[in-house]
Amino acid sequence: MSQVDAAKRPQTTIGGLLASKEIAIACGSGGVGKTTTAAALAAMAAVHHGGKVLVLTVDPARRLANALGLEGFGNVETRIEPDAFKSAGVRPRGELWAAMLDTKQSWDDLVRRHAPDRQTAQRILSNPLYQNISGKFVQSHDYIAMERLYEIHLEGNFDLIVVDTPPTRNAIDFIEAPQRMAEFFSSRLLRLLIAPYRSRMVNLATRPFYQVADRVLGSQFLEDIAEFFILFQTMYSGFVERARAVERVLHDSRTTFVVVSTLEAAPVREAEFFIRVLSSKRFHLGGLVLNKVLPHYLLDEGAERRASRLYDDAPEFAATEGFADALGADRQQLARVLYEVGENFRNFNIVARREAAQRKELAVRPDVVATAPEFDADIHDLPGLLRLGERIWT
Amino acid sequence: MVDLLERKLIFVTGKGGVGKSAISASLAWLGASRGKKTLVCEVDAKGNLADFFETDPIHFQEREIAPRLWAMSMDTEASLKQYLSLQLRIPLVARIGPLASMFDFVASAAPGVREIVTVGKLCWEVKERHYDLVVVDSSATGHIVSQLSAPQAINQLVQVGLVRQQTGWMLDILEDPATTGVAVVATPEEMPVSETIELTDRLRAETKVDLAAVVVNRVLPELFGRGEEEVFDRLDCPEGRERLDEVLGGPSGVLLDAARLAVSLRRARTEHLERLREAIDPAIPMLYVPYLFFRSHGLRATHQMADALSAELGY
Repeated sequence: MSQVDAAKRPQTTIGGLLASKEIAIACGSGGVGKTTTAAALAAMAAVHHGGKVLVLTVDPARRLANALGLEGFGNVETRIEPDAFKSAGVRPRGELWAAMLDTKQSWDDLVRRHAPDRQTAQRILSNPLYQNISGKFVQSHDYIAMERLYEIHLEGNFDLIVVDTPPTRNAIDFIEAPQRMAEFFSSRLLRLLIAPYRSRMVNLATRPFYQVADRVLGSQFLEDIAEFFILFQTMYSGFVERARAVERVLHDSRTTFVVVSTLEAAPVREAEFFIRVLSSKRFHLGGLVLNKVLPHYLLDEGAERRASRLYDDAPEFAATEGFADALGADRQQLARVLYEVGENFRNFNIVARREAAQRKELAVRPDVVATAPEFDADIHDLPGLLRLGERIWT
Repeated sequence: MVDLLERKLIFVTGKGGVGKSAISASLAWLGASRGKKTLVCEVDAKGNLADFFETDPIHFQEREIAPRLWAMSMDTEASLKQYLSLQLRIPLVARIGPLASMFDFVASAAPGVREIVTVGKLCWEVKERHYDLVVVDSSATGHIVSQLSAPQAINQLVQVGLVRQQTGWMLDILEDPATTGVAVVATPEEMPVSETIELTDRLRAETKVDLAAVVVNRVLPELFGRGEEEVFDRLDCPEGRERLDEVLGGPSGVLLDAARLAVSLRRARTEHLERLREAIDPAIPMLYVPYLFFRSHGLRATHQMADALSAELGY
């Protein structure tokens, strides 16, 4: 097969997928191990592909943040000590870097960048409405995560950036955030609201709007809002241009999306929704990572039959000549243990069967599907990340 | 401490994926089955709640889905419309033009509007509709504090106007522990436990809404009792395994593997449970709901969880 053909062939492993990409965005519903998966992929890429690899995380577990040396660094990209790999018994070909998303800090930077002068920037930063929007409200995370990704990408310091996406109400929100931001600043309503404070001219058609707004919110508050947006409008063109550029990067062929899920009903449904939206909007759907999947042996039918026999007739099995004695147990105790072993297998067999059915139902899927088991312990260090990574890499 | 179901308004929250909707559904079911006129409201409309009752999709207009049990799905735009016409007595709202875009605009422009319209509607149901119990399948931990503190925030931002007058009675309802409480759902895993601890701290620091209970969902059963684990350990060795194969007439090692898996999962989770118990004020009730092997959702699961909650609440 010629090299050209090989390049055209769809990738079949996550490792192969990431080799040709510069940005990988991990997405999926809450609680499926998105953050850990993103970090594991970055660590694996640093080990196997080399180059400089960054994981941009949103809200890592504290112990993971600690292990990555992120505590107190926030927005600043920080290199993971090469020694950390040594303790995992691995010699990486490249470097692993990590950064945490600090929403407030990123918004402030954005304002400073786009404001026409320092005075305007200062006025915006100290506006109470701005502080509310940038600090408190979750929706603003969506945009800023993508904005920050773009900024790091533009600086050109990394060969691969793996992004963990914020927990949004709707898992898809962050993709549309740049477009929404651009639309918002171009909106007619924004001009409408600001107009009376600029020209003091309210025409007949728009008067009812102000009457309602005034009655509901009070004129002082309306004025505060208007001032804020008048200030914000000075950044209009910069913002819109920026939002469009961010969107272009998300659509770039060097960017890929990795959907993360478990095999529980609700996350699977969300993953399906996500896969559909990504495809319909022509984003590159690179892979699907299924986390916390129960081991395959739980589906063994012979074992299930034997488990049922144990469950039904544990006392008889425990009474088998010499069985209890060999284990230094009395028969009743052994019967109880055998019963629990049988019941436990049957219980987990049912969950495993449900998972298998969910997997089958995932009709539309990307070329690459990787599966990782539920690990005994939480993953909060580099060796743990690499253990997870090994399971999904090839 | 006011009993959880003695309150009138319960916000159920927790990290994504811990089973907020399932717990909300079963709390509502329990309330209704104990004779309370109950409303259950889904805030982040993912359409999950309907699954737990196996009913048609739930809409903004509440609908009786079981005896004494009503369900609705929050729609901030519809809620605002209702709010404007009922609360502010603004006539002919429909004629003001594109209300949808106006709302979108105002909601983006004035932080907290979306939140207050949500919370306001729920408080209003408690105040005017005479439900005995309103259970809210709320936003995840990241968002619930801004939702619950919205009336307070608006109160500070808006100095005059009708909205200002409206926040007063909402605060009365929200801040009365006999009326309102938050139930945080966690699973015995690292992140859900950490988020629960952080959230309880933030609730105390940033709102005056009472923490009513912590619900620990998907608790795995203890497989072996005293002395039994030693017997299991001796069984789970080459000779023991061989013996079990003989007794059962076929390879049975995976049965022991599965038991080993269950024991280690349970052990890892116990540590997180202990961390949670230590961090939460001992006065706050912790309710344990077992992991359901047979059904993960649907009416059957809702009934089973309601039974578990009922036992935990001492009914």
